[in-house]
Amino acid sequence: MPRSRLVFWLFFAPVLLWLLLLIVLPHLDLLTMSFRGENDYGEMGWTLQNYRNFFTEPVYWLTFVRTALYALITTFITFLLAMPVAFYISKLARSRVRGALMILLLLPFWVSELVRVYGWMILLRESGVLNFVMLKLGLIDKPVEMLYNDAAMIMGLVYTSMLFMIVPLVSVMESLDDSLIEAAHDLGAGKIAIWRTIILPHCKPGITSGAIVVFMLALGNYLTPNLMGGKNSLWFTEQIYNQFIASFNWNQGSAFGFLLLALSSLIIWAGLKLTGQRLGEVAS
Amino acid sequence: MTNDLSVRNVVKRFADFTAVNDVSFDVPSGSFFSILGPSGCGKTTLLRMIAGFDSPTSGDIDIRGASVIGVPPNRRPVNLVFQHLALFPMMNVAENVAFGLRRRGASGNEISRKTAAILDRVGLPGYGRKRIDQLSGGQKQRVAIARCLVLDPSVLLLDEPLGALDLKLREQMKLELKKLQAKIGTTFIYITHDQSEALVMSDRVAVMHDGRFEQVGAPQELYGRPATPFVARFVGDNNKWRGRITQRVGDDVLVATDEGFSFRARAQGCCGDGSVVDLFLRPEAMRIEPRETDGLNLFDVTVKSILFDGANSRLLTVTREDHELLVTLPQNRRFDHIEPGNDIRVGWHPESGICFEAES
Repeated sequence: MPRSRLVFWLFFAPVLLWLLLLIVLPHLDLLTMSFRGENDYGEMGWTLQNYRNFFTEPVYWLTFVRTALYALITTFITFLLAMPVAFYISKLARSRVRGALMILLLLPFWVSELVRVYGWMILLRESGVLNFVMLKLGLIDKPVEMLYNDAAMIMGLVYTSMLFMIVPLVSVMESLDDSLIEAAHDLGAGKIAIWRTIILPHCKPGITSGAIVVFMLALGNYLTPNLMGGKNSLWFTEQIYNQFIASFNWNQGSAFGFLLLALSSLIIWAGLKLTGQRLGEVAS
Repeated sequence: MTNDLSVRNVVKRFADFTAVNDVSFDVPSGSFFSILGPSGCGKTTLLRMIAGFDSPTSGDIDIRGASVIGVPPNRRPVNLVFQHLALFPMMNVAENVAFGLRRRGASGNEISRKTAAILDRVGLPGYGRKRIDQLSGGQKQRVAIARCLVLDPSVLLLDEPLGALDLKLREQMKLELKKLQAKIGTTFIYITHDQSEALVMSDRVAVMHDGRFEQVGAPQELYGRPATPFVARFVGDNNKWRGRITQRVGDDVLVATDEGFSFRARAQGCCGDGSVVDLFLRPEAMRIEPRETDGLNLFDVTVKSILFDGANSRLLTVTREDHELLVTLPQNRRFDHIEPGNDIRVGWHPESGICFEAES
């Protein structure tokens, strides 16, 4: 027995060290930092002021509400787009085509997010490809600015998140027996009724896990909102960045970081409660 | 008597393969019609065309006198019980049964009344709130049938629904299905590769082979007077000899088998003198040590082994030329003395042997 236990610890140690040194310790450090601040005499001490600032300064919590709202919208649009794609890949495409389609989906993720975002910027900017083509075709008289607004930002976020919604949906749809769809059709259901009563209820766990991942990714994204969003569309991650880098207020920044973690967890918990699911079921 | 379903010259081709080849038949109202065939004979394709999931390459399908070509499955007055039942696991029993009624926009009152009534009818009263995974195989079966019957279809299609059950339950469900059909009077069309299911339950059976109907008739007809060699081989067990016709005697022929026997047998619409034929003979047509031998074909065989199976017991015997024959062994204690290695005399009446032109 002691021997097998030794082997167990030998293999477990790297995981444990990784978790402890790179995740737990820095977070503990940030957590203590978030509760510290200068008092009126310029001395460091324990305080809740950093957290209080979030709720008393409208610009902070409004930014968060905006960020959460747009992340929800992004999640919903991603879901709407991913559903037919996943259905096509898992049910309609022939098996050889299926593999090729999955690779096509994965392909954009072989380059970094930065490159992908710049790709979009090349397409959409005033002197970009799209404007050039539309000008040549005579569809518009002068270039249109398509970047730096909320719509462009959401589109960028949806594009970045697509894969993380499609993969769980494809796997959950593959487990749907085709004869269930045929049986529903045979019993008098039309297309809409089949989607509503058979396909969506069956895909619920996949939808939930995909939605959680996409929501978290969108909420914690920094690059896309920063590069594609307008000057008015401040993302909450930019607030955190500003505190750390611009104001050099690490205490405030780490408080925001923990608020982001707590509030996003709260939103997911509420979402699960609302749809009557449990995290364990979704993960399995 | 009106026909609930008539199929006219239906052909279904896939790329370079003809799955259903010029099939026509009528199913009278209220009857139990089976399509019997080996796997890959096209019977499921035929059923799917009646249900509306596939459309025929050519030909016509009429349900209660109206053509349903081009009508999608959800608008056809037929319902299908799937091979693996396809009950909706996300719904309970009552919701499964009510699914079709809901799609029709029936009122809540009507739905609960009809659902309760049909569950009662299939012997599952009070099961409405159970989940599908709480049911046994036989109960799932009945829910799948109830789910279709509640819609009062003109024709109920069943695609080998007993295939997944164990033997004992299958025997029981066979009788239950037949009783249920007799009670509610809906037209059943039943697909199976199991001849016993088809023979026990059906009013009429069609034997299908390579996309064609070989013979359509009552179970007794198929068994007693097979129209083609395939039916003779596929429906029930048969012993087979290859032989040559030496003489015609009225409706009968004299056949000299390859191993030197000369038998008198019935000819199935064929066979001039000298033509090569296959002679089929049922195991139960052979009588062991017959007391009356007048007009019987007689020959000697050696018992190789006894295949005891209760009322269905047989002797595996061989002729001198090592041709294996199955002979029914009646369990009336008269033949208890027979042991492997014994020589016995066997006789059969010319009426029970049937000859077909030999298949190459």
